[in-house]
Amino acid sequence: MEDVLRLLEKDARFTPQQLAAMTGKKADDIEETIKKCEAENVIIGYTALVDWDKVDPNAVTALIEVKIAPQRGAGFDRIAERIYQFEEVESLYLMSGAFDLAVVIAGRSIREISEFVFGRLAPIDGVTSTATHIILKKYKDKHRVFANQEEQQERLLFT
Amino acid sequence: MMDYSGILSDRVQSLAPSGIRKFFDLLESMKDGISLGVGEPDFVTPWHIRDAGIYSLEKGFTKYTSNAGLGVLRAEIAGYLHRRFDLRYDPQKQIMVTVGGSEGIDSAIRALLNPGEEAIIPVPSFVCYGPLVTMAGGVPVYVGTKRENEFRLTADELRAAITPKTKLLILPYPNNPTGAIMERKDLEAIAAVLEGTDIIVISDEIYAELTYGQRHVSIANIPGMYERTILINGFSKSHAMTGWRMGYACAPQPIIKQMLKIHQYGIMSAPTTSQYAAIEAMREGDADIELMRQEYDYRRKLLVDGLRKLGLDCFEPRGAFYVFPSIASTGLNSDEFCERFLLEEKVAVIPGTAFGAGGEGFVRMCYASSAENISEALKRLEVFINRL
Repeated sequence: MEDVLRLLEKDARFTPQQLAAMTGKKADDIEETIKKCEAENVIIGYTALVDWDKVDPNAVTALIEVKIAPQRGAGFDRIAERIYQFEEVESLYLMSGAFDLAVVIAGRSIREISEFVFGRLAPIDGVTSTATHIILKKYKDKHRVFANQEEQQERLLFT
Repeated sequence: MMDYSGILSDRVQSLAPSGIRKFFDLLESMKDGISLGVGEPDFVTPWHIRDAGIYSLEKGFTKYTSNAGLGVLRAEIAGYLHRRFDLRYDPQKQIMVTVGGSEGIDSAIRALLNPGEEAIIPVPSFVCYGPLVTMAGGVPVYVGTKRENEFRLTADELRAAITPKTKLLILPYPNNPTGAIMERKDLEAIAAVLEGTDIIVISDEIYAELTYGQRHVSIANIPGMYERTILINGFSKSHAMTGWRMGYACAPQPIIKQMLKIHQYGIMSAPTTSQYAAIEAMREGDADIELMRQEYDYRRKLLVDGLRKLGLDCFEPRGAFYVFPSIASTGLNSDEFCERFLLEEKVAVIPGTAFGAGGEGFVRMCYASSAENISEALKRLEVFINRL
């Protein structure tokens, strides 16, 4: 199963037939494995990796450090839940170290980001402080490099 | 007007130029062209290895090294060969760092051959052996390996090719272009034929790390063969370092001593920057090899599966990164197939005939290319075959 997951993580467009050929398994078994993984939320979903800088030059992504006061019984989870329910939140991680939650949000402008932080995030009960970092440039995500890679010219064509 | 043909060496002029280039010039001019022709890793050299090369430049290590190569590198190579292939070579006396595997092959051939002596070369195989033998004044003796033997060299084929003039056996396994390997039992059969002769083996093991389903066995590991084997290996395929031109030759000391003279006068020393990068590759590169090998293996299976589904006869290649399907069922010969496939579907593969006799009816496809490219090439192949 792990080999199938790794291949799909690399390229979600591989068909069950291709995956079967590559791993030496049966396409039917692969399909079943994938369905099971989807049902059990091992595979959470499939998305395209988009470089929005090329589409919308004003788009902004921010990483917000959030400190929170853990709540009796629920720990950090309850506050985390209140944060990740917002559509704008792209990802949310519980961190060790100097702050507790790392929130990544994507907005159409700086204004949208700041409205989110002051209007929605900061007022949540238990959030004690926030620090907003604007992501200036995305170099690499999910093992993919965003810049157009230069190809070496004049390769030997036949060896 | 000077008549250069009367001036230039007859021997050099007798060598045939490569006929493949015209295909590729064509491919270059095409949009959406896919090449399964190039025979080198599509991976870039792992960053930590590149970084080691850069760091050596920052430190100003830009001088020649000793002729045989940096002592540290030779020690690392000895350690690597022991660790990965259970081979023991004395780094001080038995290892020479070369400019790619090619230079090692060249100097080994030149160190052994007297004029008129013969070198046995199994074909299909990489194109350099015959011309290098010719340039050394020797005579290439080609032995056609067969599809029904999965292109392994058999004892009978070898025995039939041996004459009193035979000096060398070139053993190019894992094989370019067929993807064939030689397993221990195959090598033992070869060893039994060579026992008691003075024939030296040049074992080109540049693809040693790229085998699938079993580890590569060197002929130097077969009892009685170590003392008559020149092992050629390098970093090009295992560590995706083709452009660094880093290889090495290992052999009994009396042989290395003579090869070193040729290297010393012709080359001086292998590129210093590359040698520093190679040290890093030996020390920290084993995991890179596994990562790339796994990736090649996926693509290999994808390609073989696709070819078989299209009805092309294709034995399972267990080494290197080539598949060598028979295209006889298409009714075209190798050259026609490759030319038409390129012109009509914009996919470049190499005619088996480029690799010597016995290659007719086959084409070489390289799977050191993305799964996406391979899938697309298979789609186009289906369209192509259905139209024939």
